[in-house]
Amino acid sequence: MKWALAGGVVALVALPAVLSSYALTLFILIFFYGFLGQAWNIVGGYAGQLSAGHAAFVGVGGYTATMLSIELGLTPWVGMLVGGALAALLGAIIGYLGFRFGLRGFYFVLLTVAFAEICRVAVSNIDALGGPLGLYITFTGNPRQFQFQDGRVYYYIALALMLLATLIAWAIERRRFGVYLAAIREDEAAAEALGVNAFKYKMLAMVVSSFLTGVGGTFYAFYLFSLQPNTLFGIPLSVEIIIRPIVGGAGTLFGPILGSFILTPLAEISRRYLGQGGLYGAHLIAYGVLLIGVVLFLPEGAYPRLRRALARRAGATR
Amino acid sequence: MDLTLVMQGVLSGLLFGGVYSLMAVGLTLIFGVMRVVNFAHGDMMVWGMYLAYMLATRAGVDPYVSFLVCAAALFALGLLVQRGLVDRIVDAPHEMQILLMLGVALVLENVALLAFGPEPTRVRSPLASATLWLGPVFVDVARLVTFLVAVTLTSALGAFLYRTDLGRTIRAAADNTYGALVIGTDVRRVYAVAFGVGAACVGAAGALVSPILPFQPSTGLSLSVASFNIVIIGGMGSLLGAFVGGLLVSLAESLGAVFLKPSLKELFSFSLLIVILLFRPAGLFGRRSA
Repeated sequence: MKWALAGGVVALVALPAVLSSYALTLFILIFFYGFLGQAWNIVGGYAGQLSAGHAAFVGVGGYTATMLSIELGLTPWVGMLVGGALAALLGAIIGYLGFRFGLRGFYFVLLTVAFAEICRVAVSNIDALGGPLGLYITFTGNPRQFQFQDGRVYYYIALALMLLATLIAWAIERRRFGVYLAAIREDEAAAEALGVNAFKYKMLAMVVSSFLTGVGGTFYAFYLFSLQPNTLFGIPLSVEIIIRPIVGGAGTLFGPILGSFILTPLAEISRRYLGQGGLYGAHLIAYGVLLIGVVLFLPEGAYPRLRRALARRAGATR
Repeated sequence: MDLTLVMQGVLSGLLFGGVYSLMAVGLTLIFGVMRVVNFAHGDMMVWGMYLAYMLATRAGVDPYVSFLVCAAALFALGLLVQRGLVDRIVDAPHEMQILLMLGVALVLENVALLAFGPEPTRVRSPLASATLWLGPVFVDVARLVTFLVAVTLTSALGAFLYRTDLGRTIRAAADNTYGALVIGTDVRRVYAVAFGVGAACVGAAGALVSPILPFQPSTGLSLSVASFNIVIIGGMGSLLGAFVGGLLVSLAESLGAVFLKPSLKELFSFSLLIVILLFRPAGLFGRRSA
């Protein structure tokens, strides 16, 4: 397992040498959504608190770094940490409101959706943030401005982000913190009865998750050169964030990555081939059918299934 | 601030609230019985609107008549979605239920996009141009009729749930699924009926609102979010809460449009949500164990 992982990372590091520019873009998206999915996985998967409004953190992070860069000339390399911190603050507020009275399950889902919408409507109405039209970043190609002439740099940054988030998830999983989160997810009342401070650990998971997602917002903004409230804070982005880890297997270390490797190419390819010729929405119909199919045929997620299949094969050859 | 303008805002807000109430009652019924959040709720409502639109343009049926047909059609759709999909995952982890309903929402929204295109549209009804004057404020007749029909339907649903055997069975299954199974309830049938009735609510609500509210396929998302908001404010699973919450949220949005600007109206209803969560976290009429 260890060797396979190391080999995989080495292959991903070497890969840009042979990729076309389209394939490079595809991999950047796979890593980026894998990163966001892994960040979500910490609170949504391990802790079982299904946030359906994670786009709010992408938006806060992206807008913060962009505004700091435009208004104060602060480099996004620092701005992304400030953006992450503000996103974590928002995460703490949402978590406080949601967890304070032990409101769980779907209450939390709807609360997070509502908060993301509050942010979207608010930002759309603040003229200093560009209102509904958003902000545009001029391309200078200056690495200090988080801009690069060579697309491969974005590739490595996205890959590093995904690996970093996975490392953090791995560290959580191995520690007592991860065990507490699993206990809270499986049976919160029982966990509390055993002395686990559920509020504290859910808050911690939320803060870590929203910080990472906020950092991702900076990458998103500076990769696209533009920020619109409907794109950065919109429900469709929140949906994109949560479906990959769920399809891959929520609460597993490799679920979000596997989910992103499955769904991101499918989404891109179906958009490329079905989105043409005035067939509005055809690719999203295909996407919806795919999600329904995953739920019906892989109800535990792809990664647990894959792991079992691999274990069975290993057992058979031994 | 002009007092007449405020009174006008209160009145039109309350009248529009009838539709919100009907929509939220449908969501809370589905949630209360099955513990499944219908993420496709708003998209189902948009289908109610487009059905009313087709019936009006092709067959010349007024939406104030065709809402019954739309309710029946959406009942069938709800039944189909429940039997074919939701029924298989009632016991699955929550995140899988969400994924499934998001998939259904994507399909419904984009089939509408493929069939009707992205342009906003509206159904014409002779009632939509009529107004009544009540002293200094005017009443939009279409809104009044929409309100009255929506409230009648909500009350009829209440009577169904509290006065008929099937309704009592549904409430029993919602209260305690296991207990209902023990006394021999066909819970699968109850689930199917509840999902169908919940969808029928938005079918009717969609048709009724179609002459007032311009709509397009993407309207479904904001309607889903509005119903979530209302249901949290009212208390998840509470029918009375959904009814009162619908009126309150509509009132808040209407006053938000009067005092601030129309594009900020949602901020008002979301602020209401935060206030409710701070002081009554289980919602106005909700019980703690949501």
